[in-house]
Amino acid sequence: MIRRFASNKGAVIGVLILLIVIGLALSADLLFPRGPWAMVQRPFLVPFTMDGFPLGTDTLGRDVAAGLVHGARVSLLVGLVSTIVALAIGVPLGAVAGFYGGWADEGAMRFTEFFQTIPNFALAIVLVAILEPTLTSITSAIAIVSWPPVARLVRAEVMAVKRREYVDAARLAGLSNFRILTGEVLPNTVSPIIVMASLMVATAILLESSLSFLGLGDPNAMSWGYMIGAARTVIRSAWWLSFFPGVAILVTVLALNLIGEGLNDALNPHLSRKGTA
Amino acid sequence: MKHLKATTFLIAAAFAGQALAQEAGGRLDIVVQPEPPGLMLGLVQNGPTQLVAGDIYEGLLRYTTDLEPEPGLAKSWDISEDGLTYTFHLNEGVKWHDGEPFTSADVVFSADVFLRETHARLRASLAYVDTITAPDDLTVVFKLKEPFGPFISVFEVGTMPMIPKHIYEGTDYATNEMNATPIGTGPFKFDKWEKGSFIHLVKNEDYYVDGLPHLDEVYYRVIPDAASRAVAFETGEVDVLPGGSVENWDVARLTEMDGVCSTGSGWEFFAPLAWMWLNNREGPTSDVRFRQAIMYAMDREFVRDVVWNGFGKIPTGPVASVTNFYSDGVTQYDYNPDKAKALLDEMGYDGETVRLLPLPYGETWQRWAEAVRQNLSEVGINVEIDSTDVAGWNEKTSQWDYDMAFTYLYQYGDPALGVSRNYTADRIQKGSPWNNVEGYENPELDAKWAAAAVMADPEARQDAYDEIQKEIVDDVPVAWLLELEFPTIYRCNVHDLVTTGIGLNDGIRNAWIEQ
Repeated sequence: MIRRFASNKGAVIGVLILLIVIGLALSADLLFPRGPWAMVQRPFLVPFTMDGFPLGTDTLGRDVAAGLVHGARVSLLVGLVSTIVALAIGVPLGAVAGFYGGWADEGAMRFTEFFQTIPNFALAIVLVAILEPTLTSITSAIAIVSWPPVARLVRAEVMAVKRREYVDAARLAGLSNFRILTGEVLPNTVSPIIVMASLMVATAILLESSLSFLGLGDPNAMSWGYMIGAARTVIRSAWWLSFFPGVAILVTVLALNLIGEGLNDALNPHLSRKGTA
Repeated sequence: MKHLKATTFLIAAAFAGQALAQEAGGRLDIVVQPEPPGLMLGLVQNGPTQLVAGDIYEGLLRYTTDLEPEPGLAKSWDISEDGLTYTFHLNEGVKWHDGEPFTSADVVFSADVFLRETHARLRASLAYVDTITAPDDLTVVFKLKEPFGPFISVFEVGTMPMIPKHIYEGTDYATNEMNATPIGTGPFKFDKWEKGSFIHLVKNEDYYVDGLPHLDEVYYRVIPDAASRAVAFETGEVDVLPGGSVENWDVARLTEMDGVCSTGSGWEFFAPLAWMWLNNREGPTSDVRFRQAIMYAMDREFVRDVVWNGFGKIPTGPVASVTNFYSDGVTQYDYNPDKAKALLDEMGYDGETVRLLPLPYGETWQRWAEAVRQNLSEVGINVEIDSTDVAGWNEKTSQWDYDMAFTYLYQYGDPALGVSRNYTADRIQKGSPWNNVEGYENPELDAKWAAAAVMADPEARQDAYDEIQKEIVDDVPVAWLLELEFPTIYRCNVHDLVTTGIGLNDGIRNAWIEQ
């Protein structure tokens, strides 16, 4: 499987980029010990004009490079945590609905649809605005708007798997429903979930950036979306303030998408476009 | 004109001397932001209303940029020796926009009846007034119960606008249908209000000053987005950007354009002073050493130069330098992080987190809060910025649910009108974000504030306020940040736009366009 993944050039590039971003995020305090908010040089320093400040400075003289590296932490953290939370809600709900059927299915799906009928982004904005923007509330809001597709995917997979012979065999062997669900059914639905999760991290990063751009970010956490939002008013005189964080978002999200695609090819050989399996 | 005071003549002469040949005619487009809720200045007094309605309505006096009174609807005035009787002589031949004559009866109605009911800020000053009478059609006499030093400063158009008695007497003011088509005595008449788009004023042909106004018409344009306002100015769609209508970062770019001028003048009467409320009741901010440390930790000049583009002055205390009775004989808090750290050590600050509530008025204020947080964190104070909207800010400050909170307030020319309200114990009342929100209590100073307000002799008042400023600055009840200057940006061919202490609010009377 790893070999199949490695044969996909795009996926390998995605992993490399992601590793670099993670590495930068982890070493942020070593690279820029004064933090992203320190006012270190004169404001509006143009990029590549002064040693030590390759990406220039912002409206208050803060190092843009420091902001990018520290912002990577927020983006990755929010992306990862909100995805884990969304999976923690979506997987059990979808599994129960798909496995037991009947009123459990009806109830769970109507509940899911309730969330699906409200546009994702609008709901996220409302939640963050009500809860007051902090990293916790932003992460929760993103998780709350992202779990319904997971629930539906898991339900469909579980429904397909539970009719297989080995599930019947397990039932004949006298295993309880719970043991069958967790031991036989769910493990066989993992691959599409992994693929979906990698794409969800990318979506979550975009959502966080959009919220911060609109001024609904955590005012105490430097993030890429905040940097672009704050740069909006000076976009005509200082292009680099919105350009570099924009590139950072683009590259990271692209990397995650490439990885997701690679995983998809590797885990679902039947669906592979290359048909190498 | 023979009643004019000598000083006024000198000012008038100075203006006449330097002025170019004034040209009549033309149209001026001015941004108004946000759209005013109404134009009836006796009922609504917020910023945009004052800007537009200041051309329609007039007060008895106008004030120079040094806050000296000069003639408005009153051509001259006398104050008795004991400071108790103010006599105003009105201009002759003044007419309301509907043709009715303006008389002393209108003044009595405005001050004693209408505004007493509708204008909270003026009502506080009118509490010192015993009677308002009109011995004849062109004379009005205000008799005071006790001398009230700042009384001569309450006759500006936003504080005491003249209201037409023949329209409002005996009606329900708030629902009078004439509120939609305001009638004043001013240099411009209301013509049309296209909601969400523009307010159109036209020249008052019967204005009582010969040759004024110069302009034919004025459009106040409503453009909701700051960036669009900047573009509208660049493309020539509007000629004047009043203070605060574009983000500060755009000010530098716009003023560098060819043929564009700017001035920080025209706010002397209001003297907006920005500070941070420091909650004196609880937490680290209740310790005076902590509050002093904040003053030393902040690099206020950096903020002035970077966030405000060099506009504004560093305040020395509660009274702005342009306000009357200002004193700089006080402790100076220069940027000195080491001193701040020493003060924090001395008090034994344990790193408790303090919340900072920014003013939700856009990017400028957000950056400012970030700069302050960084300054404070560099001396070891843990600061967390709360995010908020306008309603949340009002709620949190008026319910005292904050540690530090940005604000700015007007001073109206005199400490007794716009300064003491933020520092005396009798103004500690939950529910308002404009009073003594910080909860500072100092009975000795309370007595001095009260005494200074009712002194008749200006020199005695100056001494009293010198003493108050000296003492209060050591207590740092709030952290004074900046005397704000909101630059007015305009095309250089527009002349005499800002000639008084309230700037554009009554500036269009003298403005003219060089063709």
